[in-house]
Amino acid sequence: MTESQDLKTTPLTALHQRLGAKMVPFAGYLMPVQFPLGVLGEHRHTRAKAGLFDVSHMGQLRVDGADAAARFETLVPGDIAGLGEGRTRYTQFTNADGGILDDLMVTNAGDHLFVVVNAACKEADTALLRATFGAELTELADRALLALQGPSAAAVLATLAPEAAEMTFMTFRTMDVAGIPCFVTRSGYTGEDGYEISVPADRAEALAEKLLAHPEVEPIGLGARDSLRLEAGLCLYGHDIDTTTSPIEAALTWSIGKRRREQGGFPGAARIQDEIANGTSRRRVGLKPEGRAPAREGTEITDLDGRPIGKVTSGGFGPTVDGPVAMGYVETAFAAEGTEVRLVVRGKPLPARVAKLPFVAPGYKR
Amino acid sequence: MTVKYTEDHEWIRVDGAIGTVGITDHAQEQLGDVVFVELPETGSTVAKGDAAGVVESVKAASEIYAPVSGEIVEVNAALVDAPQTVNAEPTGAGWFFKIRLSDPGELDGLMDEDAYKAHAGD
Repeated sequence: MTESQDLKTTPLTALHQRLGAKMVPFAGYLMPVQFPLGVLGEHRHTRAKAGLFDVSHMGQLRVDGADAAARFETLVPGDIAGLGEGRTRYTQFTNADGGILDDLMVTNAGDHLFVVVNAACKEADTALLRATFGAELTELADRALLALQGPSAAAVLATLAPEAAEMTFMTFRTMDVAGIPCFVTRSGYTGEDGYEISVPADRAEALAEKLLAHPEVEPIGLGARDSLRLEAGLCLYGHDIDTTTSPIEAALTWSIGKRRREQGGFPGAARIQDEIANGTSRRRVGLKPEGRAPAREGTEITDLDGRPIGKVTSGGFGPTVDGPVAMGYVETAFAAEGTEVRLVVRGKPLPARVAKLPFVAPGYKR
Repeated sequence: MTVKYTEDHEWIRVDGAIGTVGITDHAQEQLGDVVFVELPETGSTVAKGDAAGVVESVKAASEIYAPVSGEIVEVNAALVDAPQTVNAEPTGAGWFFKIRLSDPGELDGLMDEDAYKAHAGD
C-alpha cells in the first residue's frame, strides 16, 4: 500500500507483521488492528487470560523542575500537587472554554512527572507543555510502550519482574523487567488488571517476545482494544470527549479533586466550577440496545416520541456482554439509569436503555 | 446452476428462477468476526442494487445489496442467532436470502468467478 509510506512505525511493527497482523493507519502510525486470532478471540482472551498491546504510538513525556506539579495544575483540573510519589492519576488538558484538549495519565515519579498522552494529540500536547515548561519538558521518543492486560497479567509479569506483583492499581515503579530497565504502571485501558510498561525502544521487541512466550499471552490489536475499553466505559478521545465536551458533561467529575474544584486555577475553571455546582444540560451515559443490532458512533438518540435528545459517540458489539453496547450524550433529563430511549439505526428507532457504566465489572487490583 | 458475483462482494447462485445470495469468502475475511445480521422481509420486492440486508462485524457495518431485482422468497433466519456462520461458511450455510428473479437478463451484468477473483485481488 502506498499510504504506508507516509505512516510512522513503532519498535514492534516488524514483530506485528511476523505475527500475521492486519495493519491499518491509525493516528499517523501503521498499527495492528487484529492478529490471526481475530477481534472477538482477542477480546475474549484478554478478559480470560492476558493480552499484549503495542501502545508505542502514544506520547511519553517527562517534566522536570521543583515546582513541576504546581505548574502542571495550570493546564489540567486533576490534583497533581497532591499526587503521592509513585502514584498515577487520570486527568485532562482543558481549554479556556472548559472543553477537553486531550486526556492523559500523570505519574509522580519522584524527581519528575511522567506523562502519557494520546497519539493523535501528542504534537499539540507537547507544544502546550513546552510553552509552560520549556527545557524542563523532555519527549521520551526513544521509548516504546507495551500494555499487558488481563487476569493473568500479574502472574505473567511476576516471572520477569517479581516486584510488579506488589503494585496496586494506579501506582508506578521503575524496575528491571527481564533485565531491561522499565517504567511500570499498574493501569490500562481494558477494565482488567494489568500493566503499562515503558521500555527503551531498542529492547522493546525482546521484551514483547519474552511476554508472548507465555502460553497465557496473545498479541492484541486495536480492534479488541476498542471493544475492551468500550465495555469498560472508558472514553476515547476524539469520539467520546473533545474540545466541545467538558469533563463534567463527560461524567469525569470524579477525576477532579476537592481542592481543585474549590480553588480552580485551570483552563476553563469558570465553566467547570459552574457545571459542578449547577449541573449540565447533557451528560455522557452508557446505552444498552435491547435487540442485537449495534448502534454505531453518530447514531441519533431520541425520546419515545422521536424527539432527538443526543448522539451515540462510541458503539458496537461487546463480546463479553455478548450484545451491543454504546455510550453517548443525552439531555440530562434522560441520563438516569434505566431510562428508555430510542436509537435510530438505519432509519428505524430501536429500543434501548440508559445503562450503568462500566458494562463489565472491572478487575483492577486495588 | 450459475454462480455470479457483484463488485460489492455478494454472490448469487441461480437455480431455475430462484437465486440464493450471500457474501463472498473475501468479504467475510475483510469484515472479520460477524456479530449481527439483518435480513430482508420474505415477500418484499427489491431492485438490483437496493440494500437488502446488513452484516456487521465488531469493527463495522456493511449493507448487503440485491445483485438482481426480484421478490425475496426465503431468508436464512438461522443467521440471526448464529451470525458467525457467515465467517465459517460464507458460500454455504452462511447464505442470506433467496430471490425470485424478475429479470434474469440482469445476471449478464455480473461477474463470473474469474472476473470476481481479479476484482477482489485474490
